[in-house]
Amino acid sequence: MTLLDIQGLSVTIPSPAGPVQAVRRIDLNIAKGEIHGLIGESGCGKTMTGMALLGLAPAGAQVAARVFQFDGIDLAKSADALRGRRIALISQDPAAALNPVLTIGRQMDDVLRTHTLQPKADRTAAAVALLAATGLPDAAKLLKRYPHQLSGGMQQRVVIAQALATGADFLIADEPTTALDVTVGAQVLALLRQLVADRGLTVLMITHDMDVVAAVCDRATVLYAGLSVETGPASAILTRPRHPYTAALLAALPDAAPHGQRLAAIDGQVPASTKPISGCAFSPRCPAAMTLCHTVPPPARVRGDHRWACHVAEDAP
Amino acid sequence: MDLVRYTLRRVLLSAFVVVGVTFLVFVVAQVVPSDPAALYAGPRPTAEQIAKARVTLDLDAPLPQRFVRFATAMGTGDFGVSYKSRRLISQDLAVYLPATLELAIFSTLLALLLGIPTGVIAAARRGSWLDRLGSLGSILSVAMPTFFFAMLLQLIFSQWLGLLPLSGRLSQQISIADPLPFVTGFNLIDALMAARPAVFLDALSHLILPALTLAAYPAGIAMRLTRSAMIEILARRHIVAARALGLSAPRILFGHALPNAVGPALTVIGLSFAYALTGAVLVEIIFAWPGLGRYVSEAILSKDFPVIAAATLVVTLCYVVMNLVIDLTQTLVDPRVALT
Ligand SMILES: Nc1ncnc2c1ncn2[C@@H]1O[C@H](COP(=O)(O)OP(=O)(O)OP(=O)(O)O)[C@@H](O)[C@H]1O
Ligand code: SF4
Ligand SMILES: [Mg+2]
Repeated sequence: MTLLDIQGLSVTIPSPAGPVQAVRRIDLNIAKGEIHGLIGESGCGKTMTGMALLGLAPAGAQVAARVFQFDGIDLAKSADALRGRRIALISQDPAAALNPVLTIGRQMDDVLRTHTLQPKADRTAAAVALLAATGLPDAAKLLKRYPHQLSGGMQQRVVIAQALATGADFLIADEPTTALDVTVGAQVLALLRQLVADRGLTVLMITHDMDVVAAVCDRATVLYAGLSVETGPASAILTRPRHPYTAALLAALPDAAPHGQRLAAIDGQVPASTKPISGCAFSPRCPAAMTLCHTVPPPARVRGDHRWACHVAEDAP
Repeated sequence: MDLVRYTLRRVLLSAFVVVGVTFLVFVVAQVVPSDPAALYAGPRPTAEQIAKARVTLDLDAPLPQRFVRFATAMGTGDFGVSYKSRRLISQDLAVYLPATLELAIFSTLLALLLGIPTGVIAAARRGSWLDRLGSLGSILSVAMPTFFFAMLLQLIFSQWLGLLPLSGRLSQQISIADPLPFVTGFNLIDALMAARPAVFLDALSHLILPALTLAAYPAGIAMRLTRSAMIEILARRHIVAARALGLSAPRILFGHALPNAVGPALTVIGLSFAYALTGAVLVEIIFAWPGLGRYVSEAILSKDFPVIAAATLVVTLCYVVMNLVIDLTQTLVDPRVALT
């Protein structure tokens, strides 16, 4: 069953240098219970898509979409009402996401107090239970600690516990492991996966890391310059990418480099978000580009539940 | 643990400051060009009278011995007698100090209540007419000369509206006909202790205009500081996170952003408290407030050194205590302060 249905989302931010097209045209379809990866290079609009879902686009930004629905509710009208109730955020840098001058207990309680009518003692018990559910040892003692007294991994677990405390069923995890070292990051991913299974959550997993997609995602959508260029089952995206950009991203992974020779990231630059795009956005960097690609927008192609936009008709089964 | 160590360190530092100031006051008394014996002996003294005064004041004892005696006297609250009035200084201070403290504390509270919330609201509604109004108010309150502001307040609230008394600490029908028993010297507290609500209200109404005058400057500065600090904090990631968690706007502003932003404003208000202790002479004169500022100014003009020394030490002590209170408040608001 579809939980999130977005078609043609755009976010335009006014700036002194002219309007910034942070998101140009993104389609996103996420089923209930799924972990959906949102992949792309820095600046392609991943965070801004998440912010638009939360109704937290920057002041003055124009958010538009043909379809913008969460569980049948129109997000254009109700994002403020859903934020922190059904949709919650786990952000990239847990040290920055927690208030440095408030105790963990106070920050948990502020969330619980916003969302429940329980008396203080019950809320404290709930906070301890939620912290314990994220795998934090000695949760009761943690309530009196300040964020700077915790390690990065513990901080991220607190942030996850806060998101759970809202009672939200849809989590936007914006690069939740980028600020953590590899083993801790893997533990946090395992925790998210387990919470999704135990609590029937749905997650939009924002990442620029294909390993994260491989580790936890059921499906994924690839963004390029504010456009969704490919979407499909994670395994298909990883092993049989259809769009040349996805293929280039995978080829840029260190593992794919022959004889330990590290491949450079994809050559060339992402188009400036202040400039309009003619033809295919990837054409200046695409190894398969044809003349047509520079002027004519690529058509949508569908094979089963795998969709992408490219002039090259890939007919292999 | 950090907090305990921090508190101890601050207390020790404060004690050190008090001892240092005592020493300085003593040294200054030795180097000022006027002869204390001549001053003590009264107007146009004979050589004999001066010699007698030297003995009374024990001016011929060796310096270290005199310093020890001076410090012990100060430490035990024995400030000696005024050269001019021959009254016990401790008796005078018991009247003037509470009057000044009452005014300074009340105006500090007003500055907190006026400056900080307006700064928060201005930052939250940046660019709105509320913000502009606040900026205008803060500029006016900082730029307007104190005496002019005081007279403006008197004109509006006393002359025109007749809402508040023009000057003094209490109405005459109370202070003369039915005076309060002197317990603490703080009229508000003494009125409460005597269970006389009418007197309490009378004292409060006398306090408002001078306190508002004194609060204007620190409130204006605190408003600017709070506004700019809040604007910076509101852009932080943890504020976005708090909004994404669905917290209400007032809780985010006052519960999450303000504790991060209030430090500079607290510091400025604390400093202005110290200033109000002796620097409020103008306000005390305009509002006929029997405070420390006037007492000390008169002592300075007549070179009444024991009074100056006693007032300096008492003010230092008040200031050091206030500073300690502010520092400890800061660490309660922001625990990271104790780590530095
Ligand atoms: N507040 C803002 N005002 C103007 N432009 C912005 C703002 N925030 C983001 N942008 C622009 O919008 C585009 C998309 O930004 P976004 O943060 O969504 O990228 P991202 O995919 O999350 O990148 P990263 O991997 O670096 O986090 C970028 O070009 C960025 O410069
Ligand atoms: S449309 Fe052309 S330029 Fe764009 S990805 Fe496909 S082949 Fe490359
Ligand atoms: Mg981002």
